Amino acid sequence: MGQSSHLSLHGPTAADHGGIGRPITRLEDERLLRGGGCYVSDLIASSKPLRVKVLRSPHAHARIRAIDVAAARRLPGVVELLTADDLKNIGELPCDWVAPGMDVVPLQPVLARDRVRYVGEPVAAVAAETAHAADDALAGITVAYERMPAVVDQEAAIKEGAPRLHDAVPSNIAFRFRRAGGNVARAFAQADVVIRRRFINNRVTAAPLEGRAVLSDFDARVGRLTHHTSSQLPHAHARSLGECLGLPLHKLRLVAPDIGGGFGAKLGFYAEDVVCAVLSMRTGRSCAWAEGRGESFLATTHGRDQIQYVELAARRDGRMIGLRARLVTDIGAYALGMGPGVPAINTGLSVTGLYRIANVETEVIGVYTNRTPTGPYRGAGHPEASFLIERLVDDLARELALDPAELRRRNFVPSSAMPYRLPTGLTLDSGDYAANMETALTLAGYAELRQRQTQLRKEGRYFGIGLATISESSGVGPSMAMGAVGFRRAGHESARVVVHADGRATVFCGTQSTGQGHATSLAQIAASVLGIALDDIEVVEGDTLAVPFGTGTFNSRSMAIGGSAVYEAARKVMEKAKKIAAYKLQRRPRDLIYKNGVFRITAHAGASTSIAHLGKKVGEKVIRAVFKWRSGLELPVTRRDTEVVTFADIARAAHLGQDLPLGMAPGLEASHFFDPTDMLFDYGTHVAVVEVDPETGHIALLRHVMVDDCGRIINPLLVEGQAHGGAAQGIGQALMEAMVHGDGGEPLVRSYSEYAMPHATDLPSFETGHMEIPTKLNPLGVRGVGEGATIGATPAVVNAVLDALAPLGVTEVPIPMTPMQVWRAVERARHGLATADMDRSHRDLSAVGKAMQPQK
Amino acid sequence: MPAVSMTVNGRAVHREVEGRTMLVDFLREQLGLTGTHVGCDTTQCGACVVHVNGLAIKSCTMLALQCDSALVTTIEGLAPPGTPLHPMQAAFRQHHALQCGYCTSGMVMMALDIVRRLGEPDEATIREELKGNICRCTGYHNIVKAIAAGAAAMVASHA
Amino acid sequence: MRDFVYHRPASLEEARRLAAEDGALLLAGGQTLLRDMKRGRHAPASLIDVTGIVSKQIELRDGAIWIGAGATHAEVASSAVLQQHLHVLAALVGHIGDPAVRNRGTMGGALAANEPAGDYPAACLALGATVHTTGRNIAAADFFVDNGRTMLEPGEIITGATFPISGRAAYVKFLNPAARYAMVGVFAASAADGGPRIAVTGAGTHGAFRWQEAELALTAGFVAENLRGIGPLPERLVEDLFADAAYRGHLAEVLARRAVALASGPAPGVTVLTHGSREIDR
Repeated sequence: MGQSSHLSLHGPTAADHGGIGRPITRLEDERLLRGGGCYVSDLIASSKPLRVKVLRSPHAHARIRAIDVAAARRLPGVVELLTADDLKNIGELPCDWVAPGMDVVPLQPVLARDRVRYVGEPVAAVAAETAHAADDALAGITVAYERMPAVVDQEAAIKEGAPRLHDAVPSNIAFRFRRAGGNVARAFAQADVVIRRRFINNRVTAAPLEGRAVLSDFDARVGRLTHHTSSQLPHAHARSLGECLGLPLHKLRLVAPDIGGGFGAKLGFYAEDVVCAVLSMRTGRSCAWAEGRGESFLATTHGRDQIQYVELAARRDGRMIGLRARLVTDIGAYALGMGPGVPAINTGLSVTGLYRIANVETEVIGVYTNRTPTGPYRGAGHPEASFLIERLVDDLARELALDPAELRRRNFVPSSAMPYRLPTGLTLDSGDYAANMETALTLAGYAELRQRQTQLRKEGRYFGIGLATISESSGVGPSMAMGAVGFRRAGHESARVVVHADGRATVFCGTQSTGQGHATSLAQIAASVLGIALDDIEVVEGDTLAVPFGTGTFNSRSMAIGGSAVYEAARKVMEKAKKIAAYKLQRRPRDLIYKNGVFRITAHAGASTSIAHLGKKVGEKVIRAVFKWRSGLELPVTRRDTEVVTFADIARAAHLGQDLPLGMAPGLEASHFFDPTDMLFDYGTHVAVVEVDPETGHIALLRHVMVDDCGRIINPLLVEGQAHGGAAQGIGQALMEAMVHGDGGEPLVRSYSEYAMPHATDLPSFETGHMEIPTKLNPLGVRGVGEGATIGATPAVVNAVLDALAPLGVTEVPIPMTPMQVWRAVERARHGLATADMDRSHRDLSAVGKAMQPQK
Repeated sequence: MPAVSMTVNGRAVHREVEGRTMLVDFLREQLGLTGTHVGCDTTQCGACVVHVNGLAIKSCTMLALQCDSALVTTIEGLAPPGTPLHPMQAAFRQHHALQCGYCTSGMVMMALDIVRRLGEPDEATIREELKGNICRCTGYHNIVKAIAAGAAAMVASHA
Repeated sequence: MRDFVYHRPASLEEARRLAAEDGALLLAGGQTLLRDMKRGRHAPASLIDVTGIVSKQIELRDGAIWIGAGATHAEVASSAVLQQHLHVLAALVGHIGDPAVRNRGTMGGALAANEPAGDYPAACLALGATVHTTGRNIAAADFFVDNGRTMLEPGEIITGATFPISGRAAYVKFLNPAARYAMVGVFAASAADGGPRIAVTGAGTHGAFRWQEAELALTAGFVAENLRGIGPLPERLVEDLFADAAYRGHLAEVLARRAVALASGPAPGVTVLTHGSREIDR
């Protein structure tokens, strides 16, 4: 399907200026550094829209008996109010990734009608002249709720008698997705060692520094909606918006301007987009909403939240032979966006990590609870899988008294075995995990670290080294396969390269940067092929009027899939350019070489070239003669004795169309849809070095080493940046980040004063290395880089802390490993209590605290 | 309605403002200087840092009225259009110290305050000095490098 | 936020008069008050800005340090007078909030706010400071009444505080990873003429307090070991996502020992523990 390159890597070579592989400083930075960023809230500040505010449910579960907006309507500055009654013709928010086997899909309504199911669920909306007037109006709305019992823990939600969220879903079970391969029962029967664990991969949230924001403007004169929104998926969201509103897509323009971070939270399609659009249609004014930080913790999807029961079967020599995983994952109150599919597919299929474990059984159980819906968050299901297997591997190493690196070595899928089909159905395409780990261990000085640990232990200090080797199935994905796993969006990506009459180019791509630097990296790809300067290329994303097709940015796909589309489109442009050049130079295309924007006749052109050349001269004379005979006019004389022709010359010729090869259409542009044939795998190794103070629970992150293989690197600076930022988020979950709810479902986290964000002082400088084994699955050889570091950092840091505290008998510290959690684990171990599975709930602080009182 | 006069990026401005208007909203909405951003509601994230009378302050937690007669510098005032980037801005670009750009204005303005007070601090000090600035994209690694490089450039140019 | 009338009085007398009116609140740096107003904790009818009419002086007076209420945390932290005579206080103030907050926040504002994890209240209690207002001089022990409450009457304005100089003094705090104020902070001081003082902040629901059991144990000697196993804190303890009562109480004892060790060691100063980072010592 539209893939003109083949598996052999004839890949691009870096041009001397600005091509693939160069560490180009970003083209967009000058503008951003001068304060010239244009985020949605900036558009709001510089226009005069009505300000929209949303009234949200204060209850985790309640019936709505009545909503009275009469008083609010009368307040000064209030222009329009919406409740569910006003949205009768409006659709519900879509679920774009339905887990396989999920027959009932309870969608979230734009505004709650007769029931609310999580604190923060939108109930009403108001558009007013000022934000203050809108706030006052919200205060003037009266809602009569009848509270219902809430369930806020996925294990409690599936118990007999638990409150039911959706009438059509008994036991609150959204789906059960099972995958199995090999013979797990036999493997466990034959095992010398079985490790059993219960892990909690806790609920976190992306918390990008820019909250969500919408500016919607319906022009009734032409029936056209122009909708600015902070989105990672402009095209998918345009489709969703059109469907919800019943608005034809040719009347909808959706623009994602500068976006201040996404990390998966802006992949969802949310109520506020619909609300602003509807309000604009009803009022005839543009309508804007901007999320407050406190609001974001309620209103924007959360991530992860899995309770994992896992069992690992191994032989005495360390070979892992069987894995069972039962993963109870919290979907939240509704099936929203990509929520259900992420844990089902991404976690469910990835539990074996990089290892050759032939017998696997996984079951992912999605559960509804009265909490904010979950969605993708950097890694999206892969961190949960890597966490469980990397923890198990370290626990097994401890059990067998084997070095954790050696244990991994014994179990990696070797590169010689690739492509390797995992028992869960994914195929690892290529990669050298052992070499990758060796590189990381060398970079970290692993042997010296172990010696240092021995020395420090003698001094009574708790120094730990933690490893994690991870991979991620990335680069969604083969469009045909997407349907098979319930993903209701495309997997391909598209690009269009347009060359202007002066030889400069615009690259349109369906991806959406939220900080990844596509304006530079995609330009580098195009520059590599077109041979023109980076400054002569502009990348356009995020505007459905300019870019008609697109899938978006997630799953580390932008360079692999979007970049490949750009590459192929640019190659098509070059094919045509070459033909025009050949025509101008009166040679065959293969007689030409192209470098730095100039076509030259190759010095090696031989006799056959001369004949072809002669043939073209004759042909041209014939055309001139015929033209004169028929029209009485002379064609302009074109010099044919030049040895070179520039790209700009060709571009001009293509635009004018006056002197092109016979039968060739004018113009110099091409589109390409790149539809991958399989998923990609980026992978890497993390080595974390920590020192822990058992007396206070304080953890010092001394070093963090990462070696990744993201395939071919388009821009090393950007790849480094993704590694650093990704690692910071993984470390955040390991040490401090948690979305916590009280027993009644009320979020206990409402601001950065409760949600701990990693700060500069918490983190070390990162030590990075890169391997580049290109994948054969796309013409660039790119595997993807956006999420790998997040996936690897969390288990590496956890393993390091457990390694540090092993002499104290600590075998588990739940994440996030806050100082208190570390101290509790140390205290439990000190009192001879088991630490594994010691904390069934993060919510009941006082109960756990009481249980922790040391015996005096 | 009360009125306030101040000098912003070298230009005198005079506007009517409500008492409750924070400096950041005044700058963004009344003066169109949208380079300063709002990222939180607890005075923690630092996306709103500007300079008032030469000191870095969080403009989300200062009333516009408190800036009467003050000299205010925002990110837009560091290098007027058509002039080269300030050395600190240039260092941020050189070291890939921004990804989404949302925290960047505040980071740069705070960086200048760090240099003003401490000259060329070491890495650990720079990290501490960024306690009031949150970045979600970069993991701070390149921001710290950029600030060190920008500090060196600034100190050298004044030597 | 509700709107309010903003006053910038030209004199302390005018400020007192305005501040005594109903619904008036005093505004200094605003780092606490404006933040709390944005979250709906206060909705005053008027704000009385005292910037420029309270002293910013920092000077040695009769063997003690006078700090004017208008001195910002940045000014206090970098004060040469304090560096020379009471550098632990300069270091403590240099770790309040963050650098931008310190450019605005004032000592007067911090004392008046008496936040439950405030660093200044712990220093005042441990050093035996005296708070000076437009009406009277109040010993720190009496000044701080409860979480967010002080002895200040409506219209009464803090003009400054006097800190006796102590050679053996140290402060150790462990930051809450989210809010980044003290999860627990302990100020240990031993005055040449007075006894040992241990002030704990961040732990008690009523704000900073002196830990009398700890002080009693230290009368046997100002050494950290004398604090081992001194038993639970007397106060009702704050519980939040990052520290329950058991952990907080434990942390208080540990940090008290470390503060005493630091105060009685060769380089008394301030240690700040941040989760993830190596220790920061000043």
